[in-house]
Amino acid sequence: MFKKVGILILIFMLSVAGSALAQTPKKGGTLIFGRGGDSVGLDPAYETDGNSFMICDNVYEALVFFKDESTAIEPGLATSWEISPDGLTYTFRLRKGVKFHDGTPFNADAVVFSHGRMMKERKVKFFGKGWDIPKQERPPEYWVSMEMDNTIDSIEAKDEYTVIYKLKRVEAPFLANMGMDFADIISPTAFMKDPKAFVRNPVGTGPFKFVEWIKDDHITLEAFKDYWDKTKGPYLNKAIFRAIPENSVRFLELKAGTIHICQFPNAADIPLARKDPKLQIPTQPGMNIGYLGFNLKKEPWKSNAKLRKAIAHAINRKAIVDNIYQGMGELAKNCIPPTMWGYNKDVPGYAYDVELAKKLLAEAGYPEGKDLPEITLWSMPVARPYNPEGLKVGVAMLGDLGKIGIKARVVSYDWGTYLKRQRDQPEDMDLFQLGWTGDNGDPDNFLAVLFDGLASPAIRTQWHNETYHKLMLEGKQTIDQAKRAEIYKKAQQLMYDEVPVIPVAHSTVMWPALKKVQNFKLHPTGSVSLRSVWLQ
Amino acid sequence: MIGFIIRRILVVIPTLLGVTIVIFSMLAITPGDPAELLLGERATEDSLEAMREYLGLKKPLYVQYWLFIKRVAKFDLGETIWTRQKVSEEIMDRFPATIELAFAAMIISSFFGVLLGIISAAKQYSWFDYASMLGSLLGVSMPVFWLGLMLMLLFSLTLGWFPMSGRLGVDIDLTTITKFFILDSILTRNWAALKDALMHLALPSMALSTIPLAIVARMTRSSMLEVLRQDYIKTARAKGLSEVKIVFKHALRNGLIPVVTVVGLQFGILLGGAILTETVFAWPGVGKWLFDGVVKRDYMVIQGGSLLVASTFVMINLIVDVLYAIINPRISVK
Repeated sequence: MFKKVGILILIFMLSVAGSALAQTPKKGGTLIFGRGGDSVGLDPAYETDGNSFMICDNVYEALVFFKDESTAIEPGLATSWEISPDGLTYTFRLRKGVKFHDGTPFNADAVVFSHGRMMKERKVKFFGKGWDIPKQERPPEYWVSMEMDNTIDSIEAKDEYTVIYKLKRVEAPFLANMGMDFADIISPTAFMKDPKAFVRNPVGTGPFKFVEWIKDDHITLEAFKDYWDKTKGPYLNKAIFRAIPENSVRFLELKAGTIHICQFPNAADIPLARKDPKLQIPTQPGMNIGYLGFNLKKEPWKSNAKLRKAIAHAINRKAIVDNIYQGMGELAKNCIPPTMWGYNKDVPGYAYDVELAKKLLAEAGYPEGKDLPEITLWSMPVARPYNPEGLKVGVAMLGDLGKIGIKARVVSYDWGTYLKRQRDQPEDMDLFQLGWTGDNGDPDNFLAVLFDGLASPAIRTQWHNETYHKLMLEGKQTIDQAKRAEIYKKAQQLMYDEVPVIPVAHSTVMWPALKKVQNFKLHPTGSVSLRSVWLQ
Repeated sequence: MIGFIIRRILVVIPTLLGVTIVIFSMLAITPGDPAELLLGERATEDSLEAMREYLGLKKPLYVQYWLFIKRVAKFDLGETIWTRQKVSEEIMDRFPATIELAFAAMIISSFFGVLLGIISAAKQYSWFDYASMLGSLLGVSMPVFWLGLMLMLLFSLTLGWFPMSGRLGVDIDLTTITKFFILDSILTRNWAALKDALMHLALPSMALSTIPLAIVARMTRSSMLEVLRQDYIKTARAKGLSEVKIVFKHALRNGLIPVVTVVGLQFGILLGGAILTETVFAWPGVGKWLFDGVVKRDYMVIQGGSLLVASTFVMINLIVDVLYAIINPRISVK
């Protein structure tokens, strides 16, 4: 008995010692990251795509950070902040002793410059001499689509390390927005040296600094020696981001050990990666939703909730997730991902039930689908993070609808036309597939932006529901997060009852990597930080 | 001769003008809005309007075309919509990669294609003839995409002889002067880089050469067969010349004339960028760039890229015509 206990204690101690050893990060080495495409540009204010932000994530930093594997906020370049009781003034106290890669100091003026250059009307005040901010090259897309001009009234540097934002309206997600890529702080000196060239020569305060960019081939970063926080890296000497467009080739490169991480492999390669003893599969539930919407500008969809519900129960979404997402997805109950605060887990979700669907269809006034003309099901022509194969999903849904007597056909366009026509909600569209990848981890960024049709005619699902609209406004104007969570839970229940759209799936991100890559974590926002990564 | 070349170069101008008109009208009738593609799901009416205004898409089409021609006349291809870089710079960054790959593929395919063609013709209906013609049939019909993956599986993953993809190892330092890596590594006497660049070139050029190789082999064979039936060959045989001399000295020069045209045309096609090969082998060339431009409706890339492809084609044709005269003095340039 004692012997056994002794052995157990020994094993325990050894494993603790072992894990402590394994946890001591090793410095040095070059990590090669294989990705599907090259970056478009490296000025965070103007980029829109993941491959550009991926570099920005390592070169720049924002006032607030998102925690590892979560969208909770922690101090970043700002050490603390205060929000005035009326919710209209945000005062950020900045970190001292931070340097940009070009050696210039980070201070309040750099913040005013970085954000001020995106404002349409530049109500900014520098503390020092400041700069004459040049005219915008083009509209800063994220700033515009996050409606920052309608939110921010003025930005002022009160002293060298204090910045004050005055808002035009109470906007609860404002703080989370300040952690997004577009809100990264750039070196004004580097920018002013040649504003047009900055997009190819980024300078920030991040753990890695930019070295070179061979277009369509690779981007090289190296560790920034003067990084302000030495406690968590950077450990790597260099990080190289190689563009390898073909998924299977990228995976072969990983198997050959010539790259360390393989972004977006084919679903079919995941089982192979599992079998390979050299590989690990970092996994993260994606912060996204793929949904099936109704044309709510058009009858019968507009006013017949029973009909919408019948369709929700008729479609075998689990089969779609299992067979088309091939395990890289999760059946959705709500339109926000389960990892997000405010998620309502008490919503039951629509069960796949053909009999119930038939019953609801009859109650809706279309027994066995009679009197319902052939409907169109718009299916996406491209793979998106939330939907790997829109056309296959469309065909699967067609079969399910046929089982309750609804005749439908799949319609598709090229992606640009699809997006444009979908926004117009034309007569020839009945059902449509679409989705969303979240930006800042705030439920407002899904529930209001996608479904509150009363807020703007530009919202992609034109659902006009007064109660929902009120809830969304309340959510925006309440600062307390616990209270906001309750509001969004109510909103999700309302969506379940009214079925403005059918949530289909949240995709799961799996990026296989060599086992010697340590501490590589995927982030729900899709950002890729190599700061604490090291090589065994 | 020089007058002929100058005249031919002048013809380029109306040709290119025609090309721009065709491209412009095709863009006008194909659906798709670059602003919409640029902003994706998160586009709002405001951001779309601002973007269209910025891109100049709200101007009538003929105004857009006029502005474009005015720019081109000043040798300015403008800036791309997506990357906000000068189109000319984007081309200069990628075209050397394409030329290098096309050149390597053409060397392989012309050498082996002509060789196979000659032997097949000289030994018509032999097992070698059947085998090489069957092989070239396979070469023409083999999808490059699949072939590329198979080459990688065999030569990189299993045997480890060649690197799988890319143009140069990321651990190799090379000072670029001309952006032709092979040339640059020779100029800077960087032999490690030269070896690495050649190793990277091996698989993609092999994959890319299959189709032109097959075409060249078949063309050489049929053209040689025709020549070998001519009276002067009979005379040569009657004189008692050796078969090797007959084939290589007397028949080949005439037999090669149509082959030169085919090689020229194939080279022109390859210079336009081999989209599939570039995609499979992550080769940073102009083909994939142009293809992406079409998918993203980047008008500036499409216009600049097609001008490049068109002018390359015209130039290649000109060179072929000049070569004609050199190979066969009976064809005089008028």
